[in-house]
Amino acid sequence: MDTKLQLLAIAASGILLLIIFELLRRRRLIERYALIWLGSGVVLLVLAVWTGLLEIVSKALGIAYPPNALFAFAFGFVLLLLMHFSIAISRLSGETKVLAQDVARLDRELRELRAAQGTEAEQPGSELVSEPRR
Amino acid sequence: MTAVEEIAIGKRNGTAALRRLAIVPAYNEERTIEAVVQAIRQDAPEFKVLVVDDGSTDRTARLAEAAGAEVLVHPFNLGIGGAMQSGYRYAFRQGYDFAIQIDGDGQHDPAEVRSLIEAIDADGVDMAYGSRFLVNSGYRAPIGRRLGIRLFSVVLSAICRQKITDPTSGFRLCNRRAIELFARDYPHDYPEVEAILMVHAHRLRMREVPVLMHPRRDGRSSITRGESIYYMIKVMLAIFVGLFRRRPVPEAGAEAPVVAERGI
Repeated sequence: MDTKLQLLAIAASGILLLIIFELLRRRRLIERYALIWLGSGVVLLVLAVWTGLLEIVSKALGIAYPPNALFAFAFGFVLLLLMHFSIAISRLSGETKVLAQDVARLDRELRELRAAQGTEAEQPGSELVSEPRR
Repeated sequence: MTAVEEIAIGKRNGTAALRRLAIVPAYNEERTIEAVVQAIRQDAPEFKVLVVDDGSTDRTARLAEAAGAEVLVHPFNLGIGGAMQSGYRYAFRQGYDFAIQIDGDGQHDPAEVRSLIEAIDADGVDMAYGSRFLVNSGYRAPIGRRLGIRLFSVVLSAICRQKITDPTSGFRLCNRRAIELFARDYPHDYPEVEAILMVHAHRLRMREVPVLMHPRRDGRSSITRGESIYYMIKVMLAIFVGLFRRRPVPEAGAEAPVVAERGI
């Protein structure tokens, strides 16, 4: 790899690390996910600095063309990450459902209580229910 | 509590009866929760007991209520950080002056609450917390955990410029200011170490108090060995990033310094 390209690769992975750090500092990212991205950023940085590493790894694995090793790893990593996010989203939608059901139950209980006390009888269902934005 | 006791407590503090809350986070603690609630009501009777049932699948909530505690029930498990923040939010909204955090597994002795109260009364600190390592109690944690606690202790002592020997202790008494801070913002998982850093960053004062702790009654920690590696890395990262974060000093009525996670 020529030097200019290597410097570019190092700068790119450095910037990736900085972006992750800044997201974490601003609390746009929680540590759990930041660790995954920091890990991948560090791996990219190491590969960019130590250009021989990719060749050593691909030779050890019997891959003739080193960039293929990189693509294989990157693809595997992205696949795992996507699966992880699918699992997380599934959990979140389950939790959201339970929250909505509990809010509905509490709303009904509150209206019953208010009715029993003879205070303001609010109509069930609110005009304020917002359409989920797509 | 009888009226006479209430007046006595009020007199001792030179004010009308201060409101005190004991927050007990519990996740599937049906074997110990009753004893813990009863012990608090007996040994620290000026505290109301709030059990935060963090999505337990056993009888924790029912037993806690039967033992005389107020109970908040999460519809699913939020983790210890979420459970504690629920407790602090409740304490803040209900106007409590002091809140103490006591684990639901029986390792904290409610009789030791007294020393924490004295520390706050005497020094005017915002948070007092029990340390297992200030007296030789014969307490021996496993070697890995001891090293971890030692590492956090060294790092936090350097950052906070005061001796912090037991940063993972979950036995903490907070005054109104600290309650407000934690009601607004509390770390996600494994919160104790980061909470100390928050107290420091928001310029609240804290003090360690020597206490004895019991071994857990059913002998297991909430943290397994695999998790403890993640715990170490996660908390070190949080401490490091926390150093670069501007921390607004919370004021009543101000906007929360922290927004919930967005866009996930």
